[in-house]
Amino acid sequence: MSAPVRQESLSSAPGRRGVGSLYAGNARSVMLRGWEATRSTNWLVILSGLFEPVFYLLALGVGLGALVGRVTTTTGEQVSYAAFIAPALLAVAAMNGAVYDSTWNVFFKMRFARLYEGMLSTSLGPLDVATGEILLALARGALYAIGFLIVMQVLGLNLSWWALLALPAVLMIAFGFASVGMAVTSYMKTFQQMDWITFLMLPMFLFSATFYPLSVYPEWIQHVIQALPLWHGVEIVRALTTGAVDVGILWHGLYYAVMIVLGLVFTTRRLRVLFLD
Amino acid sequence: MSALETRTDAQAAIAAATRPRRWGFWYVAEHRFRVMRSYTGTVVVAGIGSPVLYLYALGVGLATIVDASGTTIGGVSYLVFVAPALLASAGITAATEEFSYPVFLGYKWNPTFTGIHSSPITPHQIVDGVIVSVVVRLTVNMVLFYLLMLVFGAVPSATGFLAILAGLLGGLAFGTMLMSYTSTLEDDTGQIAMVMRFIVLPMTLFSGTFFPLAQFPLWLQWIGWISPLWHSTELARVATYGYAEPVWLTAVHVLVLVGLAVFGWVLSRRIAVRRLEK
Amino acid sequence: MPEPVIVARDLVKTYGELSAVDGISFEVAAGESFGLLGPNGAGKSTTMRMVGAVSTRTSGELSILGLDPDGSGPEIRSQLGVVPQADNLDTELRVRENLLVYGRYFGLPRRQVAARADELLAFAQLEDKGKAKVDALSGGMKRRLTIARALINDPRILLLDEPTTGLDPQARHVLWDRLFRLKEQGTTLLLTRHYMDEAEQLCDRLVVVDKGVIMAEGTPAELIRRYSTREVLEVRFGSDRNAAVAEQLHGIGERVEVLPDRILVYTDSGEADLVRITEAGLRPVTSLVRRSSLEDVFLRLTGRSLIE
Ligand SMILES: Nc1ncnc2c1ncn2[C@@H]1O[C@H](COP(=O)(O)OP(=O)(O)OP(=O)(O)O)[C@@H](O)[C@H]1O
Ligand SMILES: [Mg+2]
Repeated sequence: MSAPVRQESLSSAPGRRGVGSLYAGNARSVMLRGWEATRSTNWLVILSGLFEPVFYLLALGVGLGALVGRVTTTTGEQVSYAAFIAPALLAVAAMNGAVYDSTWNVFFKMRFARLYEGMLSTSLGPLDVATGEILLALARGALYAIGFLIVMQVLGLNLSWWALLALPAVLMIAFGFASVGMAVTSYMKTFQQMDWITFLMLPMFLFSATFYPLSVYPEWIQHVIQALPLWHGVEIVRALTTGAVDVGILWHGLYYAVMIVLGLVFTTRRLRVLFLD
Repeated sequence: MSALETRTDAQAAIAAATRPRRWGFWYVAEHRFRVMRSYTGTVVVAGIGSPVLYLYALGVGLATIVDASGTTIGGVSYLVFVAPALLASAGITAATEEFSYPVFLGYKWNPTFTGIHSSPITPHQIVDGVIVSVVVRLTVNMVLFYLLMLVFGAVPSATGFLAILAGLLGGLAFGTMLMSYTSTLEDDTGQIAMVMRFIVLPMTLFSGTFFPLAQFPLWLQWIGWISPLWHSTELARVATYGYAEPVWLTAVHVLVLVGLAVFGWVLSRRIAVRRLEK
Repeated sequence: MPEPVIVARDLVKTYGELSAVDGISFEVAAGESFGLLGPNGAGKSTTMRMVGAVSTRTSGELSILGLDPDGSGPEIRSQLGVVPQADNLDTELRVRENLLVYGRYFGLPRRQVAARADELLAFAQLEDKGKAKVDALSGGMKRRLTIARALINDPRILLLDEPTTGLDPQARHVLWDRLFRLKEQGTTLLLTRHYMDEAEQLCDRLVVVDKGVIMAEGTPAELIRRYSTREVLEVRFGSDRNAAVAEQLHGIGERVEVLPDRILVYTDSGEADLVRITEAGLRPVTSLVRRSSLEDVFLRLTGRSLIE
């Protein structure tokens, strides 16, 4: 009896690429994949994200606005309550979108769908993946920002031409949160740990001069809030949409620049450890 | 001889099934508690942390500018006005957490319900057990919230503790309805996220939570009337500061909430049978 | 023969237009081990689910332990152990917890469940994994845990839907060994397989199912005797030549069956036929003589290979 033997040539495993090859200049293909996946499954969900800040604005602007009257900004302007919260809601939307995309979404792809392992075994480097994901998050952020700015314009809540600059500002905020978010996520192991991220965002959302000026708090709480990123974002966007722009805005910008760089550095390092070493 | 043997088989089976027939729902609840234990950390920290944050941000922070503007709502401070609404809203949030993904998971991604159904447990008992476990969790949440309200001095009335029941009822009314929806999902292509966005969020914002419903034009007030959150908020307000409303209206709140909870419960049971015994 | 514990008569299950099970009748005696053999979509799992009292039948009669699943589901299920085709362990719990929780569903006292859980972990060779998350188990380990879970209530009847899927040869051996022992102790087994290789040894009786109906019934030996020859000669000439060569094999063996990758010659003496083939100047790339199996029975009955 001769047992049937079939010799199949084993495809030789691709050799490990050089350590320097972190970036293949092809973040676009990562974005493209994300875009395709989004378009085919849940673009409605994505689009619907636009409604979230609008709901807040309508409910609180109208309902609370009647109770609160006019509010004084950091720079001393008296503005309507709706004009006060609208820029904050815009900054919050940028944060939420970026954090969602860079944490839950990335976590799922990393731990469950094992998408990155697949990507990194092609010619793509971890930096391609990281920037691709972040750019995707930014594209989404831009969509929301433009939509919301239009709503603000229609409602007469953009008090100055500076408001045009709110768009790049929002993208910067989203970039900051997305790159830090990705870095944090790359260290996460379970869904429970991910819950903490959501929980940590709550105080930022509530306290960062979002719904009322910081001045109502005792000094030490003010300092804590000023150390957190969202407050800086709210201040930038509010300065722009209310037209009260001064040099101080650059400091807030610097804060985000640091966030972006730190986030990218840690993400890249971590991806390399996770997938290439 | 053989006929006798079959009878004893059947009798043994009947005897073995008496306990599961009676206590099955509780075994399911026990199972859920075990799962919840893996996230006790988040439940406790969020259960204490969220109320503190919300009560402080709105009841103290926002209250500063509302009270400063000279408006009082129904003669009470903004803190007293908003606190019961925050409690009711927390009830809805916790119920939403428990009746959305976990239920969908049980049918689909981590099909524990199918597994349970292979034991003597019936689909009805599975639904009952899940609901019972959520009632326990909600009660913990509501009691914690209420105690924190006391700490903040947000409860002038002696009947305030009844707000716990109002929150529980609101959570169940919305939660069981949500469960009957998530039980029908074959696939999650974002339906649950849409529910959060277009139902839970607007409900939270437009239910007379942060300001009286009357601030809205009449054509927007209907959102409040059909919202379980509005009914449970108003009930909680009656309990914590004796919010003046006609007795019939209080009765309506209770009836609507109980009605929704029972309806959602029965519907979820039906769907469970249909889906599991396919 | 003792009174049957499972009686199915004209069992039908339809899903909309589709008849997944289309009038199946069989009986399984206490202590017997009974197999359902059939290709994908034959209706095996559907039948198992109806017997397991988790799926309502469309029509026909069904009695398990003298009880009707419509109405006595919990009673019947209290006596069953079920290994479904797809594992449905609770991945949010740890390994041992899965057993503890499941035991409770049968109304067993906590202490008894705990003791039983430890025994079963040993049986499944998962003692050192008790505290691990289910997700962290390999596919085969999960399968073993599912099987262990099915035994938590000392079932009278064990329903095994493709139990060995994903098991390595050693684990498979252990499982068959354990099933043999359960059978010796009087447990009734109902199992499905695509490949009946091992099941041939375990099943007292089996039915071949295709498209929701029973094609044949009997002991493995009977079925092989009735539908196949003693031996089978398998020859390969390369995928592109098989069909052409088969034309030239007329008169060799009792019957010739052409599959995409090989030719099967049904015969009573394979070696002799192989010699005749080579003498005819045909040179197979590989050749193999083996005993007939249920696989061949199936091929004969349905014209299709089991393993598609
Ligand atoms: N819940 C359901 N809804 C609709 N159709 C179903 C359902 N379950 C099974 N079917 C259909 O019934 C038929 C029989 O399926 P079944 O799962 O019983 O096959 P099987 O013999 O177990 O096959 P396999 O070997 O692949 O496990 C198939 O055509 C299947 O698509
Ligand atoms: Mg099957």
